[in-house]
Amino acid sequence: MKFLVCISHVPDTTTRITFTPDGKAFNTAGVQFIINPYDEMALTRALELKEAQGGTVTVINVGLAVTEPTIRKALAIGADDAIRINAEPIDALFVANEIANVAKNEKYDIVFGGRESIDYNGCQVMTMVAEFLELPSVAIATKLDVNGTSATLEREIDGGKEIVSVNLPFVVSAQKDFAEPRIPNMRGIMSARTKPLKVVEPTNAIKASASVAFQSPPAKSECKMISAEHPEELIQLLHTEAKII
Amino acid sequence: MATDNYQGHDYYLIDELLTDEHKLIRDTARTFVKKSISPIIEEACQKSEFPKQIVKGLAEIGAFGPTIPQEYGGAGLDYISYGIIMQEIERGDSGIRSMASVQGSLVMYPIYAFGSEEQKRKWLPSLAAGEKIGCFGLTEPDHGSNPNGMVSNIKDKGTYYLLNGAKMWISNSPIADIAVVWAKDEEGVIRGMIVERGMEGFTTPETHGKWSLRASATGELVFDNVKIPKENVFPGVKGLKGPLSCLNMARYGISWGSVGPALDCYDSALRYSKQRIQFGKPIASFQLTQKKLAEMITEITKAQLLCWRLGVLMNDKRATPAQISMAKRNNVNMALQIAREARQIHGGMGITGEYPIMRHMMNLESVITYEGTHDIHLLITGMDVTGISAFE
Ligand SMILES: Cc1cc2nc3c(=O)[nH]c(=O)nc-3n(C[C@H](O)[C@H](O)[C@H](O)COP(=O)(O)OP(=O)(O)OC[C@H]3O[C@@H](n4cnc5c(N)ncnc54)[C@H](O)[C@@H]3O)c2cc1C
Repeated sequence: MKFLVCISHVPDTTTRITFTPDGKAFNTAGVQFIINPYDEMALTRALELKEAQGGTVTVINVGLAVTEPTIRKALAIGADDAIRINAEPIDALFVANEIANVAKNEKYDIVFGGRESIDYNGCQVMTMVAEFLELPSVAIATKLDVNGTSATLEREIDGGKEIVSVNLPFVVSAQKDFAEPRIPNMRGIMSARTKPLKVVEPTNAIKASASVAFQSPPAKSECKMISAEHPEELIQLLHTEAKII
Repeated sequence: MATDNYQGHDYYLIDELLTDEHKLIRDTARTFVKKSISPIIEEACQKSEFPKQIVKGLAEIGAFGPTIPQEYGGAGLDYISYGIIMQEIERGDSGIRSMASVQGSLVMYPIYAFGSEEQKRKWLPSLAAGEKIGCFGLTEPDHGSNPNGMVSNIKDKGTYYLLNGAKMWISNSPIADIAVVWAKDEEGVIRGMIVERGMEGFTTPETHGKWSLRASATGELVFDNVKIPKENVFPGVKGLKGPLSCLNMARYGISWGSVGPALDCYDSALRYSKQRIQFGKPIASFQLTQKKLAEMITEITKAQLLCWRLGVLMNDKRATPAQISMAKRNNVNMALQIAREARQIHGGMGITGEYPIMRHMMNLESVITYEGTHDIHLLITGMDVTGISAFE
């Protein structure tokens, strides 16, 4: 089976987000980047399926050369090869279009991605990829099993769970619980050195949107600590200072 | 222990001197420590038990003999990668790092450097994979800083050697499958050999009651007329330079390793001091706390630069034993001082197992003694700069 996993290069979850002085862009100075955690779960599941029934796992990323360490990590975890589309991933429609352009010639059995990337949280790319490829799409899945030419997936829905059956090929976006990410081992890191990483130029699909400005949320106001032994102080403050009781 | 919120600190942007692969190796080792060491280490230390279940994971992240070539099961990495792995593991716990240092630098390295081709093929792949555990016997009850005085000895019996003597303070001894042992031959020349568990007359009693490196198993090696097949003796080395060259490798690893607990203590103290309120303010706002924190990060930064430069010299095969001594001495002492200061910043909380501080501090008391004591390394530097030995 041929699997394609879309991975994005995002700031580490503990990053303190700041913006450039003009407020138009995210300030990347000193920021550590990682594989988007949902994409990493998708990658892990793809590798598990490959190990169980054979096949290949290709990772694809839309990004400039700075994303290559992240792509190498995906190769170290176990992907067989990688494609980088050499463009700034500014807009979901653009990214999805570029991925679909590469994917359509390769006839992948499953195209994986994450439910959203944890930087801009657009939640759009994978469903757009499905649309461009004219494939069924299962979004925000927590589980995926393949049985021959079809697959069974689980999705969390309000108050329960939905079991979905779909024929291959299809597009899936992963949600928490999809798989437990792995630590690359030393052998993986060593073999990632020589695995193919192909760089392709973008077709310059249209960009549908652009960020105009960013604003940080208002700073948290000061926190007052009240000793647990004196709940009456809390009542007093809620009454006189906060004036809510 | 509470959740491991550790974050690295790189005040002088030394990361820019590392390759992407170095960073990936660090990231991998750090994730492994957070996932597999931090959650269990407090209990392992409290119970004074080596957590055997992590051996396979240590092997997978390349902790055993990372610089040994791939054809013998190693990872064939450079010395900076080796240092990085040791630092991340010791950030978790010096006892676990000790276990890995012994396996890689004191067991695999001498087999690789001085062993016969058969010895290398027989032992290195399974040691690298963590399927076999090794220990290193140099120190004796009456010969610590002065290993040349050792009394363990071998006698040539034609088809085999007869080994007698005892070693003390041997990391991994109770759990080891093999021991690399140094003993004198009939001419009084130090020879190295592989002693295998199960050989008649060979026992490994455990040393109990340690207040330091409690997650690392320490013991003795007792040899009572042990028959050592001749093919178990290293053909490639004679004299004290055999064990000393192993110690160089391990000391280099400790130079990097000890920065790990220093960073962990600093990281915890920095976070704690911003959260702990006294007199209506975070304790980080008091000058005395800031002095401690500022001095910590200054010393850590100096130590990081020392490691990096020493790593480059190691990669170029230009590092001298005296340069390694300087880094081992400076960095371990630095880490111990930082652990003590960090403990003060944590107040009473600093003595509990909720925080790693006290454990690191107690561990470092061994690290400052083994692989050459703090004072002996000072005398090595003294000898190097004056040309006069002050310890003989
Ligand atoms: C937890 C632990 C694990 C260990 N693991 C191993 C191992 O795996 N394999 C192994 O072979 N050994 C191991 N050791 C032994 C360690 O290397 C020795 O403890 C160390 O070399 C010091 O020897 P000693 O304890 O006999 O102290 P001594 O040599 O007796 O030293 C005592 C004090 O005297 C000082 N001193 C000694 N000589 C001089 C001098 N000439 N001038 C000035 N001061 C001097 C020392 O600096 C020290 O302060 C381990 C030790 C510990 C604590």
